[in-house]
Amino acid sequence: MIAADDARVAAERAARASYGRILAIIAAATRDLALAEDSLADAFEKALRTWPEAGIPDNPEGWLVTVARNRLRDLLRSPAVRDAAPLLEGVLEADERDAATIVAGRDRIPDKRLELLFACAHPAIDPGIRTPLMLQVVLGFDATQIARAFGVEPATMAQRLVRAKRRIRDAGIPFAIPTRQDMPGRRDAVLEAVYGAYAIDWLDSPMDSDPVRDSIADETRWLAVLLASLLETEAESWGLAALLTFAQSRAPARAARPWPPLDEQDPATWDLELIAEGRMLLRRASALGEPLGRFQLEAAIQAVHCDRARTGTLDAETLVTLYRGLVAIAPTAGARAALAAAEARVR
Amino acid sequence: MRYALLLHYPEMSADELGPEALAEGMREFDEYAKALDAAGVLRSAEVLQPSTATTTVRGGEPLRIQDGPYADTKEQLGGTFVIDVDDLDAAIGWAGKAPSVSWGAVEIRPVGTRFVDGAWTGFDYR
Repeated sequence: MIAADDARVAAERAARASYGRILAIIAAATRDLALAEDSLADAFEKALRTWPEAGIPDNPEGWLVTVARNRLRDLLRSPAVRDAAPLLEGVLEADERDAATIVAGRDRIPDKRLELLFACAHPAIDPGIRTPLMLQVVLGFDATQIARAFGVEPATMAQRLVRAKRRIRDAGIPFAIPTRQDMPGRRDAVLEAVYGAYAIDWLDSPMDSDPVRDSIADETRWLAVLLASLLETEAESWGLAALLTFAQSRAPARAARPWPPLDEQDPATWDLELIAEGRMLLRRASALGEPLGRFQLEAAIQAVHCDRARTGTLDAETLVTLYRGLVAIAPTAGARAALAAAEARVR
Repeated sequence: MRYALLLHYPEMSADELGPEALAEGMREFDEYAKALDAAGVLRSAEVLQPSTATTTVRGGEPLRIQDGPYADTKEQLGGTFVIDVDDLDAAIGWAGKAPSVSWGAVEIRPVGTRFVDGAWTGFDYR
């Protein structure tokens, strides 16, 4: 017998590290995220109940997948959904062999998170709810936390999330990697939605240091890196991962209120390991040899700022060049203003 | 999944179209239906008469019967194709190939249930 605390720690660790991974697998068969979430919640609850007595299984994730799948099967047989179930049963059967391997622990759990991300950012989903949906189903944040980050009422956010999930199920939005032909547009939608999680208007937040927002920023950077590694050969996804990593390297400097402007921040407060990782990610993007996109340019601009930690000076000339490039491909008001500021600094 | 592709477009009479455009349109719809059929996804295809031929009935005592369409809009429902495909992406693919998509819109609506062999098929009303 082990302490309940150990079981709780093991279950929580599994929850944080693999929530999206497990949910993606359970939901793929039915495309019903709400039902999959209920099943997974039951599995986590059962883990907390039984692990202290029986011990933590060798393959906790496999255990959770199996228990959640069985629960899903029970829910599908319940009167409320039984009529629609015959179709779904067939789909579930197809996963059986897959499940057996996972339980035996012979194989790693297949990663279907990329498919899940593409479902969340599908063109048939309202762009405004794509980011919250990802935060919930891939990273496991609950509706209250997401509502807080977006500054809306929890009930409103919960309702919008429920509606989006119902839409995925009812409209038949697939959990699939888009075809090569559809990839550019669909990839951009996923990148935008991930970027959206990071760019939530906390820059202007009147709140003092907020653990929920800090944690979302941190997890979103991790998600961007995951997305890049799953897409592998999409330069802009590496660019986004680099951008968020550089931005996150300066998180310690943002603890002060109000935030000091970038130029006035003390580089000694920045996280040098994250800066090094950002450089590595950006190199990975440029190694693919594609024309520079918006995220790579923004990451390069961040890299120049972060380089102040190494050289002690800001390379203003390079900044101007990069901002000109950014304005050329993404002429937003923000980019234009930043270019003007950079030019003023050189003169 | 079954989807109804609802084709909406501005109505034009045969005269307004001219014989060539009319023949071209019919040829395109013929190709489209045959492509759906060859792919094994076509369940039904109906092209409707113009809305000038439509009659709308509303409940009450007595029934209110009125000439003309339910909603008098610039674009009218002109035809329906019911297809059976894996998912929304497949349905979007077929919708994008409908000839009328270049001069109108195609609405993709999942089928909820249908009446087959004397009974309704399972209906997911969650």
